[in-house]
Amino acid sequence: MMATRDLVIIGGGSAGMAAAISAYDEGVKDIVILERSPYLGGILNQCIHNGFGLQYFKEELTGPEFLTRFVVEVQKRGIEVKLNANVTAISKDKTVTYVSPEGAGVIEAKSIVLATGCYERSAGSIGIPGERPSGVITAGQAQLYLNEYGYLVGKKVFILGSGDIGLIMARRMTLEGAQVLGVAELMPYSNGLNRNIQQCLIDFGIPLYLSHTVTKVIGKGKLEAIEISQVDGSLKPIPGTEKRFDVDTLLLSVGLVPNNDLLDKIGVPISPTRGSKVNEHMETELDGVFSCGNVLHVHDLVDYVVEEGHQAGKSAAAYLQGRLPRHEDVLYTQAGNGVGYVVPACIDLHNADGKVAIKFRVRRPAKEVYVEYRIGETLIKRMYKPAIIPSEMEIVSLDKASLQGEGPLTVSLVAKEVK
Amino acid sequence: MMYAHMEDIIIIGGGAIGAFIARNLSRYQLNVLVLEKENDVGDATSMANSAIVHSGYDPVPGTKKARFNVEGNALFPSVCEELDVEFEQCGSMTLATEEKQLQTLKELEQRGKDNGVVTRLLSRAEVLRLEPNVSPDVKGALLCPTAGIVNPFTLVAHAFENALDNGVKLSLGEEVLAIEKRDGSFVLKTNKGQREAKIVINAAGVKSEEVTKMVEPVDWTVNPRKGEYYVLDHYAPGLVNHVLFPLPSEKGKGVLVTHTTSGNYLVGPSSEWVEDKDDHSTDSETLSNVKAQASLMVPNIPFREQIRVFAGVRATPSTHDFIIEPAKTAPNFILCAGIESPGLVSSPAIGRYVVEELVRPLIPLVPKANYQPCVKKYVRFSALTEEQKEALVEQNPHFGEVICNCEKVTLGEIEDVLSRSLPCLTIKAVKKRTRAGFGKCQGGFCQPKVLLLLAKKLGVSPLEVLYDRAGSNILRKESK
Repeated sequence: MMATRDLVIIGGGSAGMAAAISAYDEGVKDIVILERSPYLGGILNQCIHNGFGLQYFKEELTGPEFLTRFVVEVQKRGIEVKLNANVTAISKDKTVTYVSPEGAGVIEAKSIVLATGCYERSAGSIGIPGERPSGVITAGQAQLYLNEYGYLVGKKVFILGSGDIGLIMARRMTLEGAQVLGVAELMPYSNGLNRNIQQCLIDFGIPLYLSHTVTKVIGKGKLEAIEISQVDGSLKPIPGTEKRFDVDTLLLSVGLVPNNDLLDKIGVPISPTRGSKVNEHMETELDGVFSCGNVLHVHDLVDYVVEEGHQAGKSAAAYLQGRLPRHEDVLYTQAGNGVGYVVPACIDLHNADGKVAIKFRVRRPAKEVYVEYRIGETLIKRMYKPAIIPSEMEIVSLDKASLQGEGPLTVSLVAKEVK
Repeated sequence: MMYAHMEDIIIIGGGAIGAFIARNLSRYQLNVLVLEKENDVGDATSMANSAIVHSGYDPVPGTKKARFNVEGNALFPSVCEELDVEFEQCGSMTLATEEKQLQTLKELEQRGKDNGVVTRLLSRAEVLRLEPNVSPDVKGALLCPTAGIVNPFTLVAHAFENALDNGVKLSLGEEVLAIEKRDGSFVLKTNKGQREAKIVINAAGVKSEEVTKMVEPVDWTVNPRKGEYYVLDHYAPGLVNHVLFPLPSEKGKGVLVTHTTSGNYLVGPSSEWVEDKDDHSTDSETLSNVKAQASLMVPNIPFREQIRVFAGVRATPSTHDFIIEPAKTAPNFILCAGIESPGLVSSPAIGRYVVEELVRPLIPLVPKANYQPCVKKYVRFSALTEEQKEALVEQNPHFGEVICNCEKVTLGEIEDVLSRSLPCLTIKAVKKRTRAGFGKCQGGFCQPKVLLLLAKKLGVSPLEVLYDRAGSNILRKESK
């Protein structure tokens, strides 16, 4: 059954709902959200802890509370939502193919917002040495089992990686009566938010082993123990530093990856984030196809996911209303010294009014540095940072009018001069 | 517990060899029972290997390896058609990366001729035209058009399903501990009780030496040789179009690079002697060595697409050849020991040989009138056209409910495998049958759904559902 739609939003999590709301408010009424789950809200449904919304709502909400506010706004506007609708493909001419228990369908979309979130890196993707017993599980999956299904995956737990989900689960499983023996982090610094280190580890007396990794998974069929080792400056395990922990569960919190399958499959160029390359309107290299939220780059806070969703929704509306012409000559961005990635990948300077939000993450923690924005050799802006860490996304607003010259726009860290 | 029932034949081992022996026996009016110590068939060596349907150019002419490889390769198209198994005859290339290896390629070409295998020597230019991602340092290759790739999980499972449909019995989680020779029969002591059969076939893989020793002493050994692999996610097709091998050495066929029937890429294996026949561990050093070896053939393998590493244990015989023969002191005890590579491709031919040449003299083989060589066709939802999908969902909405997002496996497909004759008792069994959990998130999102479906089907609490072996429960207790 072929249908046509002005805007198809793929994914009904926080980014997708925000995009739908903004597009609607900008005058686009023919919208459908395709959500693979039986409910809206995406991963926030399993995030029953608080801490969401401090930026956006200026109050502290749980995941379900946060998402409900957006569900209400979607419903208020009468935006159509198809639940249990799993998108299997999109084509370069914006045909969206999906399947649901109500039927398989094809939609000819005039524009698309991709908001399919991210997934967790697994034991397989990092190739943890040792056997592959049950009991080695990603932190998000353990969270899903616990918060949505009501089951605890283990009683004696070790955690590899200090990502936020792992930290949240250290506290959650402790409160459920499990014993969390420690967290090992490969890097010499934590990859979680400082508030989570404090509230989830330090407050519960759970040790954090920095510069450590799991060097052996032990157990046939079921996990019996793990061995961790200290790593050297090049992240190689140091022989003789092994410590063994008898555990039934190893939780992994070793990173999130944009779930960008639909665009990857049709060869839309990707950026170092593993999401698509977008311009400042969140538009990918396919006209009228936008990407936002964790499928574009993994965010630290849902508040910023929502802002990006709003921006993608507004851009989709502008595109549909013929207000978003694409130009070939754009200013490209690039990650310079100490910077992991920069979003957007390019900026259209034909309309040089207004501001553009530059988002990036640093590769490793730094203190007393300048963040420099240069076009070629020309310094556009320099900002002093007493401290900057990889677990926090940086957002800086630049005046478009200031972005003159031959590109690319490079974002880099520069050490503060010693006086 | 005593089993009053006397089986005609007991097969020890539910791997590829056991599967094809069982399937070939199921043509005849016999009581056949298969004992498998794991909770699923094809759960050891048959599961963790390169999944290559070798052409047969490589084994030493005159060996059992050469014979059964070539015969097995010829059987594969029809077997996979009957059993509805994913199979692709993509051909293989054995690459020479140094000038001096070109002479060896010529020797291998001759060996192929001796084995009756069609091969063709390719120039450097031809290799690079057919395989643009191969290293420009390549000097030439031996092309074997009859080589292919197969889904090893469904191969074993569907062969067993077919055997079970035709009356063979299977007991999972039953390990043979001792065998007593009696007059005209064998009594098998297992972890579940006692079994008795007129004929016993030892297809116990890496444990085939131990099982034989329950009957008679042996002057050979089966030594575990581990191979470690990388699995890469679906990637833009065309990284490699053939199975790419380096030149074989004493340590085996070397590190290969291939696509799989599901569109993934497989890189490996290493080759290491291990003590423990159940050692499926991987280690970083071995894997980085695999990476280095593979990169000599294909320099730009996208290892960032890695979704899994695994290790398999080969059953390497000290005799350098398959041991397929009756026991010396017990003619009704048939050995299939030391079946290492090319065991998977050989399995249909070994199954036929064991039944027609070794079992036939021992017991009358009366054909069944209602023998059915084909399994009921499987639905592979993701491979259907949009029109087919629409029609199927109309008919059964469960085919519209995607359970595994990465591999697009639907509820309907999982319900299908749970309702077949072959028991599907664990999360891993569902994974092997349907690919649910095989993708880049490795079951992160779909495993809870599969677990609940299994609990419902098996009539147990979710706490009791196993990932694989006994004790491998995913869930430990209900939340507060």
